[in-house]
Amino acid sequence: MELNCKHVWAHISDYIDDSVSPELRADIERHLEHCEICSAILDSTRNILVLTADDRTFELPVGFSQRLHERLAREMAAG
Amino acid sequence: MATEQRDEKALIARVLSGEKELFHELIRPYERMVYMTVFSIVKNETDAEDGAQDAIVNAYRHLSKFRGEAKFSTWLTTIAVNEGRQKLRRHKRAKEDSLDEPIAGEEEQFTPAPLTDWKEIPLEALERKALREALRNAVAELPDIYRQIFTLRDIEELNVAETAAALGINENMVKVRLHRARMMLQKSLVPFLKTTAPARKGFWGRMPWN
Repeated sequence: MELNCKHVWAHISDYIDDSVSPELRADIERHLEHCEICSAILDSTRNILVLTADDRTFELPVGFSQRLHERLAREMAAG
Repeated sequence: MATEQRDEKALIARVLSGEKELFHELIRPYERMVYMTVFSIVKNETDAEDGAQDAIVNAYRHLSKFRGEAKFSTWLTTIAVNEGRQKLRRHKRAKEDSLDEPIAGEEEQFTPAPLTDWKEIPLEALERKALREALRNAVAELPDIYRQIFTLRDIEELNVAETAAALGINENMVKVRLHRARMMLQKSLVPFLKTTAPARKGFWGRMPWN
């Protein structure tokens, strides 16, 4: 099936998560081959996810782990 | 991994049979996950740290209730979500009922921001501290329901079923909201990238998904 850009956008997230049917995947990929705009949207979204998965992006507060384990130790000592 | 899974079960059994100090070891890989979950709900570091500590202490106290039908991480996330919601309720009693209301525009179709020069963005740009900060800000500005889904799925990397279970919504809702969350982030980060990234070719061919 010939997809337009809006169809592709609607499925970008499922496409990235590999939860589209093989037929739809093939249709999307055919569209991406000739559509630079959709390719760029897909790439940018994927890059945001790469950056999101980077532990340096979302960090724990400094000392969090130490304070947590100190509290746990007190909890254990109490019973 | 199967081996890790077995070790974790054994670890839990040992904690329950009296080696309680092993709980330190059990919880270590999940500290970040619990914190991020609570943070996605309460939206400030102090409450997130308090809530995360409370959630983990609760998990310790009630470890015997964990039966192993669910994954330990899912059980823990559910506790963290509940802790976050309780904290929020205590802080904002007045606004409490707005939490579950559908927000305006949820049914509208979200469209991404078209861009043509994205492929010119070099790897160094993605490494930059400023870009990570822009992403943190963009996530913080997402409406609550989208931020929570995005946190569980894309920061903590829970699967759709685990996310649905932890938040008490159906799997289709998880997918729909995740899609919208990602499109909103794409939209809010594109201008930032376009204005701050110097052009250089040849980056995209080297990315792992190619």
